Amino acid sequence: MSAEHAAARLIDAYARGDTHIAADEVWALEAHLELCRICRDRLSAATAAGAPAVTAVVDAVWADLEPRLAATAPHRRLRPARWPRWLTPTMVPWLATVMSVTLFALLFDLTGTGPGHGPGAGRVPLVLLLAPVLPVLGVAASWSRGLDPACELTASTPRAGLPLVLRRTASVLAVVVPALLACGWVTGVTAGQWLLPCLAFTSSALALGGVVGVTRAAAVLITVWAAVVVAPALATSRTPLVLHTDGLPVWGLILALGTGAVIARKGAYAGPGALR
Amino acid sequence: MTDRKEHHSMSAISAADLAPTPYAWQIRATGLKVRAGRTRLAVDGLDLSLGTGVTGLLGPNGAGKTTLIRALATVLRPAGGSLELLGRSVTDRGEHRALRRRIGYLPQEFGYYKRFTVREFVEYMAWLKEVPKADVPAAVQRAVERVGLADRADERLKTLSGGMVRRVGIAQAIVNDPAILLLDEPTVGLDPAQRLRLRQLLQELGTDTCVVVSTHLVEDVAAACTDVVLFDEGRLVFQGTPGDLAAAGGPEHVGDSPLERGYSALLQGPEQGRGTW
Repeated sequence: MSAEHAAARLIDAYARGDTHIAADEVWALEAHLELCRICRDRLSAATAAGAPAVTAVVDAVWADLEPRLAATAPHRRLRPARWPRWLTPTMVPWLATVMSVTLFALLFDLTGTGPGHGPGAGRVPLVLLLAPVLPVLGVAASWSRGLDPACELTASTPRAGLPLVLRRTASVLAVVVPALLACGWVTGVTAGQWLLPCLAFTSSALALGGVVGVTRAAAVLITVWAAVVVAPALATSRTPLVLHTDGLPVWGLILALGTGAVIARKGAYAGPGALR
Repeated sequence: MTDRKEHHSMSAISAADLAPTPYAWQIRATGLKVRAGRTRLAVDGLDLSLGTGVTGLLGPNGAGKTTLIRALATVLRPAGGSLELLGRSVTDRGEHRALRRRIGYLPQEFGYYKRFTVREFVEYMAWLKEVPKADVPAAVQRAVERVGLADRADERLKTLSGGMVRRVGIAQAIVNDPAILLLDEPTVGLDPAQRLRLRQLLQELGTDTCVVVSTHLVEDVAAACTDVVLFDEGRLVFQGTPGDLAAAGGPEHVGDSPLERGYSALLQGPEQGRGTW
């Protein structure tokens, strides 16, 4: 018998319920039995052969139990919904808001009644104006003391930190980007015009969030965007300069800088700094 | 046969269980300073060493108990001094992840997701605490049973009473079998029978875990704690056994029990009865 398995003598004695085995031997044997299938099989064989009394008891218990086990419904394995690992329940209303804003922007664009459609002026699709900042709304809720009740608990866990924030951000993007793609397709806005600004905004929100808190960073970025781009665009009914395709290299640069800043400060997201 | 029966409850021992601990104290603070908010130092130069057992953290409201517990839970970063948990300094960020797997924490304001069932919530917390996937169902069941909620495990949290929610909070704190368990006011909202049960659970946990319980109820300390830390204005006032605390008070001090008299003797010192509250 190999050195890693229990001696046949010991297993036989154990099966018989021999009280002469030393306590430490019993202990070692049981510890081994818990981990070793082979020895458990040997034990059941030894029990069947050498201890008819034990076998009788086990059989009686089984005979007693089996009808009841058959009657019990198999335990409903209540798998927790998979989505909490990607989104917190508090983020759902925020995502719903983002989706309804998108939908309304689309409706305005389609009916041509939106505020961007002054008589005789050029058309500025609302979807295009809002697309860059919409995911930021969802990201705001991803790591927030005010919005997430379980935030204090989450902050004390090993998973807290950049991977968790990124996971939640990714899930926001996974919902928002396809919706915007569909809206863009309907209104004739090309993805090239908004996708890069959208990602650039998301990365800057995260980068700034590492310093002042993700929610606060998102609020700042949305306000700036509304004041500097959306309001003038609506007033003049002209597509703002920053959303022309010439601006794409700048957005690319912002995305790269934002991503770089997030990576450089990745430790900050585990602490309370990013959480306000 | 009796011999065998006794041994059945023991489980296999892994090498990790037998490895010697490389630290003398689970919690060791030297000159610890922690800020509450931007400027105020809620913990100011605290020296504290805590080992296995149940430590009651006593002190008046505003003494800095919650700030200290949050720093011990690695949620707040110390502003000065040193804090070592399980032999690792909390100031190096790289250590946090491994350290946090071995900490259980019940915050004073226990926030939760109302639509989750007890089991879902504790499972979610087990996932956040990186409990190995295969161990999660068993660990969750064990934690829920220990707080006596096995029969309510599949009910939504919003249908539970305040005391039960508090017990869910304790279940999530112990689900990862922590080496350091931090409970901030765990007895709030529990009825007397539940408080007794909690004290029993604390004593069980205290046999192999460093449990820190913050409370303002002196009688909780008397019943469940092996060690008392009295804390006021961010500083350590007293550390000793409940017996030592009782011995500190005399008949001339305010209080209805020896412990309460000890508490008021140590906190108020010579200028007794300052302020009405």
